[in-house]
Amino acid sequence: MNHFPEAWGRPRNDVYGAYDASHLQSSMPNQHTQSPIVTGTSVVALKFNGGVVIAADNLASYGSLARFTDIERLKQVGTHTVVGAGGDISDMQYLHEKLLDPLIIKEEYQNDGHHLRASHIYRYLSRVLYQRRCKFNPLWNTLLVAGWDEGKSFLASADLLGTTFAAPALATGFGAHLAVPLLRRVCPDEAAVENITREQAIAAVEECMKVLFYRDARSLNKYSLAIITGEGVESVGEGAAKEKVTIEWKKDVELQNQSWKFAEGIRGYGAQVV
Amino acid sequence: MPSSTSIGTGYDLSNSVFSPDGRNFQVEYATKAVENGGTAIGIRCKDGVVLAVEKLIGSKLLVPGSNKRIASVDNHIGIACSGLVPDARHFTSRARSEASNWRKLYRSPIPISSMADAMGGYAQAYTLYSSVRPFGVTAIIGGMDEAGGPGLWMVEPSGVGWGYFGAATGRGRQAAKAELEKLPLPNITVEEAVKQAARIIYFAHDDNSKDKDFELEMTWVRLEKGSAEELEEGGATKGWGKHEEVPKELVAEAERLAKESMEGGGDEEMEE
Repeated sequence: MNHFPEAWGRPRNDVYGAYDASHLQSSMPNQHTQSPIVTGTSVVALKFNGGVVIAADNLASYGSLARFTDIERLKQVGTHTVVGAGGDISDMQYLHEKLLDPLIIKEEYQNDGHHLRASHIYRYLSRVLYQRRCKFNPLWNTLLVAGWDEGKSFLASADLLGTTFAAPALATGFGAHLAVPLLRRVCPDEAAVENITREQAIAAVEECMKVLFYRDARSLNKYSLAIITGEGVESVGEGAAKEKVTIEWKKDVELQNQSWKFAEGIRGYGAQVV
Repeated sequence: MPSSTSIGTGYDLSNSVFSPDGRNFQVEYATKAVENGGTAIGIRCKDGVVLAVEKLIGSKLLVPGSNKRIASVDNHIGIACSGLVPDARHFTSRARSEASNWRKLYRSPIPISSMADAMGGYAQAYTLYSSVRPFGVTAIIGGMDEAGGPGLWMVEPSGVGWGYFGAATGRGRQAAKAELEKLPLPNITVEEAVKQAARIIYFAHDDNSKDKDFELEMTWVRLEKGSAEELEEGGATKGWGKHEEVPKELVAEAERLAKESMEGGGDEEMEE
C-alpha cells in the first residue's frame, strides 16, 4: 500500500510504466469519485489482553492542504465495534450515514437481545468494498474494524479492493509502513497478545501516533483514541452468562512530549542550507 | 357506538359513508375492535417515556416473550399497539419507513410530533375509501427528541392523534386512565414510571380480563446514562433518547411490587 491514497489500487508506475489512459476513454462524463479528494491518513490499532485500542488523527486533507482539523475518523457502529477509516472522507461518511446507520437501526427492530458484533460489521463492510471495486467504482478507503466478538477481541482490515486481512497489530496508510514495525516489537504475533496489558497497548499506539506526526506530512497532532474491552460471550435466555462490552473514548488528545531535535539534521529543514 | 336503531340502516356497510346524523360507523367499529385488545399504556416522564402492554396469551404453547406488541421504529421511538395484531404490524412497518425516509431527507432523526403527524395522516387515509377499512389499532407513540424532549402521542383508528402525559387504550383503558390521572405527570422519573406502569397493567388486567393469561411487556425511551445528567436543567431532559426493553431485573422487581399491591387491596397507591 502506498501512503498516497491517490495511488492505492493502481499498478505502480515504477514497475509497470505509466498507465495508458487512452484505454479508459469513453463517452461518459468524468467521474470524480474515481479518485479520492478529501483524505484522512493512518489508522493505528493494537490488541491487548481483554480488548483492542484504536486511534486516528482528526485531520482531513485536501491534497497536501490541511483542510479540516476536527474530523472524527473513528466511529462506533452498534454496541461491539469501532470502525476507523483512512482514505476518502466522503466515502467514509457514505459508509456510515447511508449504509451502517440504517443497518444498525434495522437490526434493532428485532429487539431480541442479539446485536451485530465486530466480525459481522467487518464481513459486511468487506463485501461492500469488494462489490464496489467489481463495479469499477470503489469506495476509496482502508478500514480497520476493532471490537469484541465471541469472547475475544477482534481486529481486521479491509481496503478499497476488498482485500481482507487480520492481525493483532494493524495500521493503514502511512502507518502501514511506519507504525506496524513499531507495533510488532510489542506484539509480534497473536500469542503475544495475552501478555500485553491495556496500558502497554495504549502507550504503544500513542507512541505510533507521535512517530507518524513527525514523519507523515498529512498528519495532525490531535487525535482520537477508542479502547474496546469485553468480558464473556453473547448468549440470550434464562441464566445465560452476561456479555459486557465497554467502549471508552478519548477525543481531541494532543500529542505530548514532542521533541523536534532530530529535525535539525534533516536536509532542507531549519537552518541547514544545502 | 351505533345504537340498535342505526344498525341495519345501511350506513355502516361501506367505509367513507356518513350516516345522516354525521357519523362514520366503520371507524366506530374499528374503535370497538381496539376495545377488545390487551391494555396498552404510555407514561411521559421528565427524563423519558415508558410504554407497557398487557399481552394476552392465547395458548400455553406460545414461546414466552415472543410476538412482541411494542415495536422499535427508530433508535429513539417505540410504538405500543392495542387491537388487531396484523394491522399493528403493518402500522409499525409504515412508521419505520416514515422514520427512515425522514433520515434520508433531513439527515436527522424524526421528531416525535412529526411521527405522530405522519401516522395520524396515514390512519386517516384509511377512513376515506370504500376499498379499504380503517386500522383496528390504537397506537401509542413514545420517544425523545432534541427539541421537545420526551414525547407521547396516541393515534386512533379515525386518524386523530393527541399528545399526552399519560395515555391508555385497549380493554382496561378506563381503569388505567383513572390510575394515570392520580400520578403527578410528567414530573416523575422513568424508574418510578416503570413501577407505576407495571402496577397499572396488573390493575387493569385484574379489572377486565382476570381469567386470561398475560405477559407484561415494557420498554422505555431515555438518554443513555451519563448524558442524562449532563443535560438535566430543571425542566424536561432533552436529546435523542434510546428506545429499548426495560432490563429484566427492573421488570421483575416492578412485577413483584405490582403483585404485592394487588394483594394489598386493588386500587390503593403504591408506596415509594
